[in-house]
Parts: sequence; C-alpha cells; structure tokens
Amino acid sequence: MYDIRALYEAQTVEEALALRREHPGARLIAGGSDLLIKIRDGKLPDAELISIRGIDSLRGVSLEADGTVRIGPLTSFTELTRDGIIKERLRVLADAAGEVGSPQIRNIGTVGGNICNGATSADTASTLFALDAKLELRGGSGTRLLDIAGFYLGAGRTDVRENELLTGILIGRESWERCHGCYIKYSMRSALDIAVLGCSVNLRLSADGAHIDRLRLAFGVAGPVPSRCPQTELAFAGAPLGEDTARQLARSAVSELSPRDSWRASRAFRLHVAEESAYLAFCECVRRAGGAI
Amino acid sequence: MNDRQFKHIRCTINSRAVDAMVDVRASLTELLRGEFALTSVKHGCDVGECGACTVLIDGEPFNSCIYLAVWADGKDITTVDGLAEPDGSLSPLQQAFVDEGAIQCGFCTPGLILTAQSLINRGEPLSDEELRRELAGHLCRCTGYENIFKAVRRALDESLGKKG
Ligand code: FES
Ligand code: FES
Repeated sequence: MYDIRALYEAQTVEEALALRREHPGARLIAGGSDLLIKIRDGKLPDAELISIRGIDSLRGVSLEADGTVRIGPLTSFTELTRDGIIKERLRVLADAAGEVGSPQIRNIGTVGGNICNGATSADTASTLFALDAKLELRGGSGTRLLDIAGFYLGAGRTDVRENELLTGILIGRESWERCHGCYIKYSMRSALDIAVLGCSVNLRLSADGAHIDRLRLAFGVAGPVPSRCPQTELAFAGAPLGEDTARQLARSAVSELSPRDSWRASRAFRLHVAEESAYLAFCECVRRAGGAI
Repeated sequence: MNDRQFKHIRCTINSRAVDAMVDVRASLTELLRGEFALTSVKHGCDVGECGACTVLIDGEPFNSCIYLAVWADGKDITTVDGLAEPDGSLSPLQQAFVDEGAIQCGFCTPGLILTAQSLINRGEPLSDEELRRELAGHLCRCTGYENIFKAVRRALDESLGKKG
C-alpha cells in the first residue's frame, strides 16, 4: 500500500482548482510515474493527493486558428508520439517523448507532469525550451501565460502557484513552420534510463537554403534546470552552413553551459557530450531541412 | 488520521464486469492479486522498472505497480489469464513462447506476453529494432532475451500473415 492519507479526484479544471483551495497541502498527481515512486521511497509520508488524471479536457493535441499547437498537459508520451499534428509539425517533440523510460512509462507519464516536476533531465523539457513553448496556468484569479524558461525556478522547483493548474502547453507557428528539430539523448542504457545529457536543436534555414535563419539550442542536465544558449543563437543567425559553422556553433554553445559533477557523469564528460550532441543535432537539423553541411 | 478512504469502482477484468471497494492507497497490482487472486500479475520492483506487473489497460501495457487501483474505474483490464482459449488451450503467442524456449523461471513471462499481445493487436509491422524497443520495459533475469525476441517476432509475423 502507498502511504497516502487522502486522495481527491477531479474531473474538471474547476473541480481541481476548488480542491486546491480546500486542501492547500495536497500535491497534484497526473500520471504518477514520479510521485508514486517518491511515495514508495518514503519521501512524502502521509501524502495528500489531488488526482487530475480524470480531467479529459486537458488531454490531446489541437491546432488553433493562428497556427499555435496546443498540447493538453495530461497528454501521455505515447499519445504525443502518435499524434498526427505533432508528427507532421513537431516531429522533434514526438522523438523526445519516445525517448522517455519504456513503453509502459510512456503510457502513464504525461508531458505536463514531466515539466511540472522541474527535473532538468526531463526528456521533453529541453525540446520545449528549443520550441519557445508557452505555458498556460489557470488559477482562482484568472489565466496567465508564461515562457517555459521563466517557469523553472530551480532544481525540482517550478512556478505553479498555490491554487494554480497547468492547463496548456502552447507552441507558436514560428517554432514549427519551415523549422526542423532534432533531439539527442545521451544515456548509459537506451531504455529506462535518465539522460546524462539531452540536447535539442531547432533550425530554420534562410530562403536560399544556405544560411541559418533562426536557431534554437537547448540542453537538459547541463545545469540545475533546462537551459538555452541565447548568445550562440544570436551570434550564428545568418551564418553560412558548413562544417566550420557546425563545429564553432557547438563550441560556442557549451561555453554557455554549467553542468555539474554527479555520480552519473562528470562535468567534463557532460561538456564533451554536450558539444558533440550540439554538433550532431545541428547537422541532422540541416539534413532534415534539405540543406547541406 | 486512521479512517481509511475507500472508493467503489467498476471495471472489466478479462472480459468480466466486476466491482470492488478499493482502498485509495492500493496499487492496481495489489487489487488484482489481493481481491481477484490474479497472481500472474507479479510483484517485482514496485517502481516501474521491471515490467513484471504489466497488465493491459484499454489495450495498452501499463505497470500496475505504479497505477492507483482507483484509477481502474471504468477501464478494461487484461491479465495473461485472459489470453488462453476458453478450453484452456494456449493462444498462438503463448504457444510461441513455449516453442521457442522463451520461458525459464517464468517471472517476467506474463508481463512480456501482455506487451507482445498489445503489439499483435495493434497489427502494425515492426522492424527488429522497433520490436526490441517495444519490449524494452521488461527485465528478464534468466533467458538473455533472444528466445523471447524470437517468440514475439514469430507470433507477430504470423499474425500479420507472413511466413516465417
Ligand atoms: S513490479 Fe511493476 S515494474 Fe517492476
Ligand atoms: S524467465 Fe526468469 S525472469 Fe524471465
């Protein structure tokens, strides 16, 4: 038996918000693949939980009139990998979701939970950074929209306020139209393992197909929270495609990272993997965009 | 707080409609083993790593150890007990496991067969690499996986109408 004191189940966003007001100490549980393991581990004794699994309106992917892709936070990783809108426009996100855990974990785990946990290693998080995702949070006093970068407050801490619920993950048209992405996860095992490092690149080529027009570089496990490389992105906008650019861009990107030593890998190794991953992911983006290195 | 919290749920287990009073603290593994004596659902790692507790929920494989029993409300659940024919004869997939020597101690077998059955039901052809990825959520301490892979490969190919 799990050490659960009470479990409240919400079927709608309104019910979930009301339950949050009534039970301020309760934790939200979506898929449970992280939270239940913490409980099993004795880290949340006497847990009080609000289950939001039953809120069907927060599941699934849709395309809004202005081309924004809206992802319900309860969409499972499996659903992301199979969704037609995602596969057609945001293949990189389907690929990242497909790197999570195992098929069973991808069935239970949700993309919203992956973000709200605040783990730097979350497979979808770095890609959502590279896609400039916006998060929609609904609370008692209304809805606010937040850049995903501003959502991460520190390792394991995110800006979901009391009485709030993540209700949407939004990806604007500028992040998918004519854009090509690639996610590389480096881990010791190819299944059921946590990333030593994750790298996600999103690229749009210039009209002539020979230059970088728009570049996004994001990393997981290269710092306490997922991060971008704003200086490199800016510096290489307009750069001509080629082996030199790819190598220089990767070198520049890692100068913006600050991974740490851990039992999983050393800082030096992570920096090495980050540089190689950035290079490989960038080259793959170019290839997917129909360009040549 | 000593008052335990229970919830009444209805679900389908191996094509039979059932209901139960469920302790909110229980995992689906505990419900299936304790309440319904379905001990083919194995208690392994209990943290979603080994796949021994795998069951199908609405046709998809889930680790029942990290699935709250109350969430089973309204779901269609299949354990390996639901795969054999009514007269007890083995399903083609089960027979393939026997024929290929894919079972040693048998602890991983029910979970693996269920994940494999979900692939057969999906009916999509899979490359060897894709198939290995689909089976990656199961640990086997005995067989070295090759015979399991061969059994699933064979059963999947046969169900897709290919020969060999
Ligand atoms: S017992 Fe559930 S995955 Fe190991
Ligand atoms: S046959 Fe023993 S664990 Fe697989």
